Amino acid sequence: MTTTTTTPGTPAPGTGSGGAVLDASGVTMRFGGLTAVRDVNLDVHAGEIVGLIGPNGAGKTTFFNCLTGLYIPTEGTVRYRGTVLPHRSHLVTQAGIARTFQNIRLFANMTVLENVLVGRHTRTHEGLFSALVRGPRFRRAERESEERAMDLLRFTGLETKREHLARNLPYGEQRKLEIARALASEPGLLLLDEPTAGMTAVETTATRELVLAIRAQGTAVLVIEHDMRFIFNLCDRVAVLVRGEKLVEGTPETVQRDERVVAAYLGTPFEGEPGQAEAAEVQAAEEAEAAAHRDTAGGADAHPPDPADRRQEGRTD
Amino acid sequence: MTTQHTTTPAPGTADTTTATAGPPPLPLSPDPHTSRTLGRILVGTGALTAFASTMLPWTWTSAFPGNLTIAMYPAGLQLLTLTAAVLTAAMLLATAGVRGLRWLTPGGRHSALLLLTLGNLAATWYTAAAIAVELGGVVNFEPGMWIAAAGTLLAAVGALALPTDLPADLPAGLPADADADRPAPGTRQGPPWQRLRRAVAAPPPGPAAPLPGWAEILVICAACAAGLYVFAYGIEAEGGPPFIGFLILAAFAFPALGRAGLPRRLSALTVAHRTVTLAATFAAALLFPITQSNEAYTNIAVSVLIFATVALGLNMVVGLAGILDLGYVAFLGVGAYTAALVSGAETSSLGIHVPFWAAVLIGAAVALVFGLFIGFPSLRLHGDYLAIVTLGFGEIFRISVQNLDGDSGPNITNGPNGIPNIPDLKIFGFDLGQPHTVLGFEVGRFGNYYLLMLLFTAIVVTVFRRSDNSRIGRAWIAIREDETAARAMGVNAFRLKLMAFALGATLAGMAGTVLAHVEFSVTPESYKFVHTAPPNSAFLLIAVILGGMGTVSGPLIGAALLYLIPAKLQFMADYQLLLFGIALVLLMRFRPEGLIADRRKQLEFHEPEQLGTPTAAAPGLGKTEA
Repeated sequence: MTTTTTTPGTPAPGTGSGGAVLDASGVTMRFGGLTAVRDVNLDVHAGEIVGLIGPNGAGKTTFFNCLTGLYIPTEGTVRYRGTVLPHRSHLVTQAGIARTFQNIRLFANMTVLENVLVGRHTRTHEGLFSALVRGPRFRRAERESEERAMDLLRFTGLETKREHLARNLPYGEQRKLEIARALASEPGLLLLDEPTAGMTAVETTATRELVLAIRAQGTAVLVIEHDMRFIFNLCDRVAVLVRGEKLVEGTPETVQRDERVVAAYLGTPFEGEPGQAEAAEVQAAEEAEAAAHRDTAGGADAHPPDPADRRQEGRTD
Repeated sequence: MTTQHTTTPAPGTADTTTATAGPPPLPLSPDPHTSRTLGRILVGTGALTAFASTMLPWTWTSAFPGNLTIAMYPAGLQLLTLTAAVLTAAMLLATAGVRGLRWLTPGGRHSALLLLTLGNLAATWYTAAAIAVELGGVVNFEPGMWIAAAGTLLAAVGALALPTDLPADLPAGLPADADADRPAPGTRQGPPWQRLRRAVAAPPPGPAAPLPGWAEILVICAACAAGLYVFAYGIEAEGGPPFIGFLILAAFAFPALGRAGLPRRLSALTVAHRTVTLAATFAAALLFPITQSNEAYTNIAVSVLIFATVALGLNMVVGLAGILDLGYVAFLGVGAYTAALVSGAETSSLGIHVPFWAAVLIGAAVALVFGLFIGFPSLRLHGDYLAIVTLGFGEIFRISVQNLDGDSGPNITNGPNGIPNIPDLKIFGFDLGQPHTVLGFEVGRFGNYYLLMLLFTAIVVTVFRRSDNSRIGRAWIAIREDETAARAMGVNAFRLKLMAFALGATLAGMAGTVLAHVEFSVTPESYKFVHTAPPNSAFLLIAVILGGMGTVSGPLIGAALLYLIPAKLQFMADYQLLLFGIALVLLMRFRPEGLIADRRKQLEFHEPEQLGTPTAAAPGLGKTEA
């Protein structure tokens, strides 16, 4: 991992520093009468971390599946480094796009090391015959694969668990193992589908460090997430998908300030905003209560919770 | 095994009175220590009595199978009681902490003893019952039979009075507290059934003390020899009571050894000395026909071997790649029919006679083509649908062969008559049909074929092991685990599944070429989906599941059991399928990973706490205990 990656892109953040790794244009996915993704254009440049956000059911994972060949998009093309991607997921992986899944899909009854070794499948070519003969080339390839896999396990901090079954790992480590497995295919672009779902704040921070480290090694990252703080702290660019259409794309600041995004997440107020008076009342009451609490607690560290924190605590998945 | 005495200090087994002991299931005395002493005396006396009784006649007439009438000459079922009594005595000494024997019980101690004494009780009392039923009443017992019955009962009662080992699923403090605080243990331990269950649970063995390399190799060889002896005894046992007695004792004795922790120790050794293990197993298998004087038994053995080899091939398809193939026996049939057609049988429509190696290659190649032909359309399906389609193809093969008789189609296979009179093989002028003398032992026709088949078994074992532990094998297992994720990791799932399917077909076809020669003839009726005798698709699948999916030794053992039981117990032929069905349901309930557990499967079906973390507790254990 540290020595050879297929992307020699510069690790410097910022847009457009090294040509488009991924170029999806006009991707549309229809299931019967339902249009899950409508005419989405998205490009990811080398060395970039792009976030994809949107409310539940906005079509983010469907879009991911279109990119990775699990679904064949009804319209539109996906290019990786200028070549159109085939609609077979193993060929997409071979081309250089690896992914993780929203609900963890490890090979539960294989060991941690074996999981990562499966990820190396496309980068090794020893067939059945060479496995049966076990010549020196086969052994060298196996040894190299294992070394690479161990590098990745060290990179993700799982090296002590190599002989554990994947299903016996704690949740956070399973997520890490999925990333390590995806990295084993030496991707130029890594697609992460909700990598911090269900994680604690500490684990989320660790995941952010991990993603930044992956970028520092030259792999571009496209990440779906619901955790806004994670996305806005991490990404160079954020695209917002709402009801299958791309609403906004831009820097985290631009997206954060965009009214349409706020509306998509929180809904638009009615004409005349009938609830406003009540909302102000509730807010005043809360503030009063918080003030009283601060008085009794001695005012050491009882500040009102950060809205982002509160959002995180509220998440159940 | 005996060489270990001085070299194994057996850590952690020295004290028998610590907190690792729970209350006995049947206390003989309120005081646990008295109860334990009494129990030990009873077990010892019982074992000695049982041992002595096997030196006496058990019945007056040799009409009962096995001839139990001669003093000082244990035979037949007496041998079972004798073996169990000796094992019991050795284990008793081991639990008492006698130096040099403690290696016998690195894991559980009293649980092993209890199972062993119960097994001896069951086998001996079964013998008594069989004598009484077959010869008409207990009047046919000689004193030896009464002594044996009393001795085994005594030992079992004594074993029940011994403290239980600490079961793995109980918190450490609980049984010890109960032992210390309560004057009458056993009063608050739940119903007897649960007490008994707790009494046969045992902790896993601790790490083994290091042995010199030669001693480890000797242990492996001794274990292989013991395995050969047990297998040979099972094959030689006459159908009816002797074989049932053997099954009863085996059903208790193997779990007993398992509780004692010996298999775990052994598998740790086999992982360390893989080549030696393979060589020793192979040598033991090679020696088998030499130990046999009766052609009927080598006939059974060669059939077992063919069945087991095919089951192992199926295990590659089902156990590794996760393709549920219900028509696998068709590929065996393809191989057998191809060999029959090209090997110079008079009725062969081709009328050619090629050398055996060419017949094997042609048989394997034709099976490969059939595998690709059937796999290509059907492997696009998944799960149940795939199973149904393979079942269909299996039947299509049989019905086609039945109809290619000249009436309803071209005459290729002679229809239901099959192709009889396949000539015996001659390899380098060595006629496999004639008995030969090897090293002073006569090896008959089936012995010859057994040795030939063993070569093919070795090939299949090698193919299985090497493909399992490789890029291809990992991809197969990944597909079995989660096909979508495997594809997302770059695995061309369809291609790899086709590869597994075709490889399985090729291996079955290869085994089929030998089968055709062993059986003299091929008929379509031998390749049904389900039948009362192996090989058929259902039995092959049962052998894989019973033995343990994804392991090498599992299907071999499963196939041996599945072949021997119907062959030996012909009186229950009418209920055979029903009994197998019940046995399978029970197996899935109590041991879903099969008799031989893949290390992965073992972790899958049981909580990890019961087994210890793979790295910390058992560094020597590999991925498969095969």
